Amino acid sequence: MMIGYILRRLLYAIPILIGVNVLTFALFFVVNTPDDMARINLGVKHVTPDAIAKWKEDHGYNKPLVLNKQAGGWRALTDTVFFEKSAAMFAFRFGRSDDGRDIGREIKTRMWPSLAIALPVFLVGLAVNVSFALMMVFFRATYLDFVGVVACVAMMSISGLFYIIAGQFLVSKLWHWVPISGFDWGWDGFKFLVLPVAIGVVSGIGAGARWYRTLFIEEIGKDYVRTARAKGLSEWRVLFRHVLKNAMIPILTGAVVVIPLLFMGSLITESFFGIPGLGSYTIDAINSQDFSVVRAMVFLGSLLYIAGLILTDISYTLVDPRVRLE
Amino acid sequence: MAIAARIVCVKIVADLLPLSGRRCLVCLLPILMLAGCGDTVWNDPYPAADSGKNILYSAFSERPKHLDPVQSYAENEATIISQIYMPPLQYHYLKRPYTLIPYAAREVPVPRYFDAAGRELPADAAAGQVDHSVYDIHIRPGIRYQPHPAFARGPDGKLLYRHLTAEELDKIDTLADFPQQGSRELVAADYVYEIKRLAHPHLHSPIFGLMSQYIVGLKDYAATLKQADAALPPDAYLDLTRYPLAGAQVLDRYTYRITVRGKYPQFVYWLAMSFFAPLPPEADRFYAQPGLAAKNITLDWYPVGTGPYRLTENNPNRRMVLERNPYYSGEFYPSEGEPGDAAAGLLADAGKPLPFIDKVVFSLEKENIPYWNKFLQGYYDASGLASDSFDQAVQVSSQGNVGLTDAMRKQGIRLQTSVATSTMYMGFNMLDPVVGGLSERARKLRQAISIAVDFEEFVSIFANGRGIPAQGPIPPGIFGHRDGREGLNPYVYDWVDGRPQRKSVAVAKQLLAEAGYPNGRDAATGQPLLLYLDTTATGVGSKASSDWLVKQFRKINVELVVRATDWNRFQDKIRKGNAQIFYQGWNADYPDPENFLFLLHGHQGRSLQGGENSSNYDNPEYDRLFDQMKNMDNGPQRQAIIDRMVDVARRDAPWIWGFHPKDYVLQHAWLHNSKPNQMAKNALKYQRLDPALRELSRRQWNRPEGWPLAGLAAMLVLIVAPAVAVYRRRERRTANDPKSGS
Repeated sequence: MMIGYILRRLLYAIPILIGVNVLTFALFFVVNTPDDMARINLGVKHVTPDAIAKWKEDHGYNKPLVLNKQAGGWRALTDTVFFEKSAAMFAFRFGRSDDGRDIGREIKTRMWPSLAIALPVFLVGLAVNVSFALMMVFFRATYLDFVGVVACVAMMSISGLFYIIAGQFLVSKLWHWVPISGFDWGWDGFKFLVLPVAIGVVSGIGAGARWYRTLFIEEIGKDYVRTARAKGLSEWRVLFRHVLKNAMIPILTGAVVVIPLLFMGSLITESFFGIPGLGSYTIDAINSQDFSVVRAMVFLGSLLYIAGLILTDISYTLVDPRVRLE
Repeated sequence: MAIAARIVCVKIVADLLPLSGRRCLVCLLPILMLAGCGDTVWNDPYPAADSGKNILYSAFSERPKHLDPVQSYAENEATIISQIYMPPLQYHYLKRPYTLIPYAAREVPVPRYFDAAGRELPADAAAGQVDHSVYDIHIRPGIRYQPHPAFARGPDGKLLYRHLTAEELDKIDTLADFPQQGSRELVAADYVYEIKRLAHPHLHSPIFGLMSQYIVGLKDYAATLKQADAALPPDAYLDLTRYPLAGAQVLDRYTYRITVRGKYPQFVYWLAMSFFAPLPPEADRFYAQPGLAAKNITLDWYPVGTGPYRLTENNPNRRMVLERNPYYSGEFYPSEGEPGDAAAGLLADAGKPLPFIDKVVFSLEKENIPYWNKFLQGYYDASGLASDSFDQAVQVSSQGNVGLTDAMRKQGIRLQTSVATSTMYMGFNMLDPVVGGLSERARKLRQAISIAVDFEEFVSIFANGRGIPAQGPIPPGIFGHRDGREGLNPYVYDWVDGRPQRKSVAVAKQLLAEAGYPNGRDAATGQPLLLYLDTTATGVGSKASSDWLVKQFRKINVELVVRATDWNRFQDKIRKGNAQIFYQGWNADYPDPENFLFLLHGHQGRSLQGGENSSNYDNPEYDRLFDQMKNMDNGPQRQAIIDRMVDVARRDAPWIWGFHPKDYVLQHAWLHNSKPNQMAKNALKYQRLDPALRELSRRQWNRPEGWPLAGLAAMLVLIVAPAVAVYRRRERRTANDPKSGS
């Protein structure tokens, strides 16, 4: 039954992906023309109309965008920039970027550095946020809870960029503990990951812990908690064994959906720490108006988001036996 | 802090804490003990194995788009490929004005001129008589290519990787995965092959349009190649050696000839650019094999050259590494330069073989802050100077002298400044009915605005003083530029107390009134004069400069509306002549006044001719003088014509002349032989390092601080201990405890 549900959800994804593709295409070409793209790629000096025409022809932008009136039958729709650039993506053939590099290969190479940052930030962040939220709930109505909430509000009010700059200034520049930026593979890469991961975790505590605290506060007023306490369980066990388990559905709603998106990386963190991930790849493509890359990354992002939603649904059945996917 | 003292501190803190806190402290003890121990550097971003090696560390902020010499034209790309490729000529590293010297060539070629009947003309023949010019270029024998799999040959003498099989391809991920490499001697045919590539149907050379006007037969050659390519299967190798090009021919193994239409003295400068570097056909054929492009193994990604360095690692997502080309030899550090170079120590290495540095590592550094901090920590050997760091690095005395701050001097950092061969200007669209045209009314309006917009103030506020207000289109360092009183723009400045002084706002207002706009209103209609500036400066940080510009115009009661737009729309407006006033700049391609003065030539009008003259300025007198000047050799006669041209342009004021930016470069004490050179992009080979001094300095500057670790640990204990105490108290509380909250 679950397989049928997943297949159905995957089929629903197709029109969504087509819609996303149409929107990306429309938004991109509302503000850009193939001529603009050619000019950006050919530079600012000595660009002739012939050079522009040649670039467009070589990159497949010399056709009408969505409707080829000169072609007959289906070719009126298929012999267009939109169709030719979009159809292959559903077979995961992303083609080449405007500078001639294979996009699929770039994605495969760059998703790992993104993941190297995003996965620890996600896992450690989740553990820290949940623990911190449970601590606040444990000490609720005391000065520790108050201080915790105030700290959370303060932390979530500070810009993410501030954490990065302050972290780099203190940890790398003043204290000389880790390199300010860079990336490497294997054990050598550990020193480069410590700071961005720590900053990613710390910057997420404010919003994360406060959200989980709200969930736990709601749970803690329920009858089963009173029963657990009446049984004489320690508060520690009540919180971590019972409250946490019962608050899992809202936690999973927020957490599982982002797991696939971890591959996409973080725009600012990657930029400041010199991490060669997909976040910086997307930003570079937007800046250089590389439609092929922008389109591929939006498509991939949508696909991963849909995958995240399906995973979330599946995870409900794992934590709550009452939930059935039909 | 000594270890013993650290132990005492830890003990005192431990005594003050409850039992639970002490347990935490015991766990943290190893960390505290470790903090600050020894002489180890923790924040070194480079592998420990590279410590003390002769490696130069630099960075790039944007991945290069093209490393194919026929397509590459950007500065950041030139930084890489100019170290790899070897055009026939190069610029002398130390001499000024910029001087061409041989690189791969035996000598700088002297063009021979011929008339339409093929008769040779004297060297000083008038341009009108010359039908074509011939450049015979002799290259030095014995130059060898870097090791590369394209040259690898088997025992039978055949190229090993000419026909890659699917099985072989499976084992290949990067160029380094090819087990065999080879080399061969550089020959004249490689240069001719590269010239042919300018016209390749699948390559987009930015200079093809320009060169097809000059190199004989290049335009037709492109058509021939297009036709030949159409007959081939998609992505098949197009063998250019099968198609001769009339304008580029091999004369013998080491000599080739380029034939240029008419007289084009500036052509020789192009021979110092990578567009005219050699390319071995076997490398082109190697990269054209099916399957390699899908692995991003292309000529655009992995260059093949004869220069001092070769690209051994190309991961533009992380780092790019140049290593010494083992076959490079025969070039030595220059033994002469400008006066003052010897005193500056720039001739200390005269006559020594190049290059000095074994390896250059370029790391991806997209943001200024990490780059700057790593430079201060000694992990980059040189740095530019962003506005954010300017005050930290540079102080300007009350006399206007620029010097380093004490902190920089303490680190032994040196500052080098040079005026860029660039001009930043505000252009008027000469096709515009209000500000354009050559009428006296429009001319006076432009002159008035030129006086009102105070570029001295602009440079001071927005460029930290890093620029020289321009008196005309030609920047310093280029023939034709005049300094001092001789170079004064008399329409905007007066010469007062030995220096140019901008004319007063009253003069500008007077000119405005004479133009028919007394007090900023149209005398005929009484309507206020409203002008529009188009700019690509759309960010939040651009508001200050836009507001400043509005203020400048308001000084003469003219209202300015700043229309910020994206780059595409801006270019579109310029192209269609819809902009009124705009902000632009030009960076020299080569050190000849023609490369700046052509920007105002009528035939280069952007809107009508599609050229580079964005102002659409069209003055017949200027054009006539330009045509006369462009083919002349530098000398008093040419200078006189340039002076006249510049005066015509100053009077017509199609540009507000803006400023010439000044480059500031900081470098550490261990980097030697560095001299700013705006033309030579292949300067890495001249640089020398003292890695021992660098290692010592890095260790001194990057000792890890232990106290914050101890502080953090103590803070953690202070937070956890009361929490644990509260927890225990709660757990021990009985159900009928009146303090119980449940």
